[in-house]
Amino acid sequence: MPDPILKMQGLNAHYGDFQALYGVDMDVAQGEILAIIGANGAGKTTLMRSITGLLSNAPGQITYENEDISRLRADEIAARGLAMVPEGRQLFPSLSVRENLIIGGQIGRKGPWDLNAVYKLFPILEERKDQQSTSLSGGQQQMVAIGRALMANPDLILFDEISLGLAPIIIKDIYEALPNIIGEGMSAVIVEQDITKALSVSSRVYCLQEGRVSLEGGSDTVSREDISRAYFGIE
Amino acid sequence: MEWLNAVVQGTLLGGLYALFAAGLSLIFGIMRLVNIAHGDLIVLGAYLGLVVTTSTGLHPLLALAFVVPAMALIGYALQRGLLNQTLGDDLLPPLLVTFGLSVILQNGLLEVFTADPQKISAGALETASISAGGLSLGILPVLTFAIAIAVIWGLQWTFYHTALGRAFRAVSDNQDIAQLMGLNRRHIFGLAMALALGVTAIAGVLLGIRTSFDPSIGSGRLIFGFEAVIIGGLGNLWGTLVGGVILGVAQTIGAKFDPGWQILAGHVAFLVILAIRPNGLFPRVSA
Repeated sequence: MPDPILKMQGLNAHYGDFQALYGVDMDVAQGEILAIIGANGAGKTTLMRSITGLLSNAPGQITYENEDISRLRADEIAARGLAMVPEGRQLFPSLSVRENLIIGGQIGRKGPWDLNAVYKLFPILEERKDQQSTSLSGGQQQMVAIGRALMANPDLILFDEISLGLAPIIIKDIYEALPNIIGEGMSAVIVEQDITKALSVSSRVYCLQEGRVSLEGGSDTVSREDISRAYFGIE
Repeated sequence: MEWLNAVVQGTLLGGLYALFAAGLSLIFGIMRLVNIAHGDLIVLGAYLGLVVTTSTGLHPLLALAFVVPAMALIGYALQRGLLNQTLGDDLLPPLLVTFGLSVILQNGLLEVFTADPQKISAGALETASISAGGLSLGILPVLTFAIAIAVIWGLQWTFYHTALGRAFRAVSDNQDIAQLMGLNRRHIFGLAMALALGVTAIAGVLLGIRTSFDPSIGSGRLIFGFEAVIIGGLGNLWGTLVGGVILGVAQTIGAKFDPGWQILAGHVAFLVILAIRPNGLFPRVSA
C-alpha cells in the first residue's frame, strides 16, 4: 500500500482551554475519497482547521505528502497543494466571481484547472463572472467556492459541509458533479452531516464523536446500526 | 470674490489633508489598524525630505524618489517587526502600541533635530502662482491637489486592477480564508503599510514645503487625517478626498471670519457631519 497522502497521529486540538480533538488517528490514501461524518460539535470543522494550518498544532501530528506540516502556516500548507472548500462557502465579498476564482489560483501550481476549466464545469459562473460574489444564489456561491479551491490544482481537497444551507436539488447536482471534479489522482476529504450523501461518494468513512474517532470503515460495509451508535454515542 | 477665493484655497488645502488621510484610510481598511503614530510618521517623512534636500541639494520633489522608498521600507519593517504582533480580535493593542510609537517618534525627532522649526526649501515653487479668473492660485497648492488626485487614483487602481490589490481586499474581507489561498497575511500587511507610508512620505514632504514643522506637530496632522477619513466614509478613498476638501474649505472659510477660528471651524464641520451622517458621506465599510 502506498504512503497515505495525509496522516494524523494522536492529533489534539484546543480552543484556549477547551479541547476539541482527543488523539485523533486518521489517514487518507492517495487518490481516495474519504468521508468524515459526525454530529454538530463533534470536531469536524476543528479537524479541518488543524489540517489547513488555521489552528496551530503540536509537531509530528499531521503528515502530508511525507512532510510534517503540523507547524506550518496556512499559506505554506496551501502552497503545498492542500486546498479547502470552507464551511459556509466564505467567498470574498469585495471580489467579483472571477477575482474569487483567480485568487484561488494565484499559488501558481500547474495542473488541469484554470478559469476556463472552471467555467466549463460551472457555465453559470462565466455568465456571472463580473458580479459581486455575494449577489449569487447559495448554490452558485458554492460553485465559486469549489472552483476557487480547484484553481489551486490541489493534490488533496477538503470539502467542509458543502451541502449546508443548500436546497436538496442543488446538493444533488453538486454531489453528482463531485466524482468528475475529484478524478485524475486528486484525493479528497468530504466532511458532512448528511450521512447518505457522504457515504454515496466515498470509499471509506470515519465518524467523529466528541472529538474522538468513534468509527472507521469502508463506506459500503459499515452498517446503519454502527453509524448511529458512532454518531450519537447511544447503544 | 473673496469668498470664492476662500473656497478655492480651502479645496486646494483639502488635497494635502487627503494625502494625510489616504495612508490612514488604507491601513484601517485593510487590517483594521488605527495608527495613532500616523501624524508623527508624516513629520518623519518631512524630516527625511529635509535631510535629503540639504545633504544632496536636490529639489524636494526629486527628493521624493529617495524619501518614498525609504518610508515604504520603514513601513514594511515596522509592520513585520512590530505591528503584526499587535493585530488580533482586540482593537486595543494596536492603539496602545502605535500611541507608544508616536511618543518614541516625537522624542526621537526632538533628540536628533531639536525643537527648532524647520522648513524644506523648494526655491521658486514656494511662491510661484498663476492667475485664473481673478483668483491667484499658488502653484504649490495646485500641485499638491493634483498629486492628491493622482495618488488616490493610483491607490484605487492598485486596489481594483492588480493582484496586490486583490490580495489586499481578500485579506481585508477574511484573513483566514485568504491564508488558505496561499496569501501570507503578515507579508500582505507589510506591503500595505509600505504603500501607506509611501503616501505618507509624499504628504510629509509637501507639508514641509508648505509650512514650517517641528517634531510636535504630528498629532494635529493625525486629527486632520482622521477627520477627512471619517467625513468621507471609512474605506472609500475618493470619499477621503472629499472629506479633505470639506475640512479645508471649512477651515479657510472659518479663517475668513476670524483667523483664530480656522482650526475650530474645521472641527465644527467634522462634528456636524458626524452628527448628521455618523458613517460619513460615502461609507463603504460598515464600522
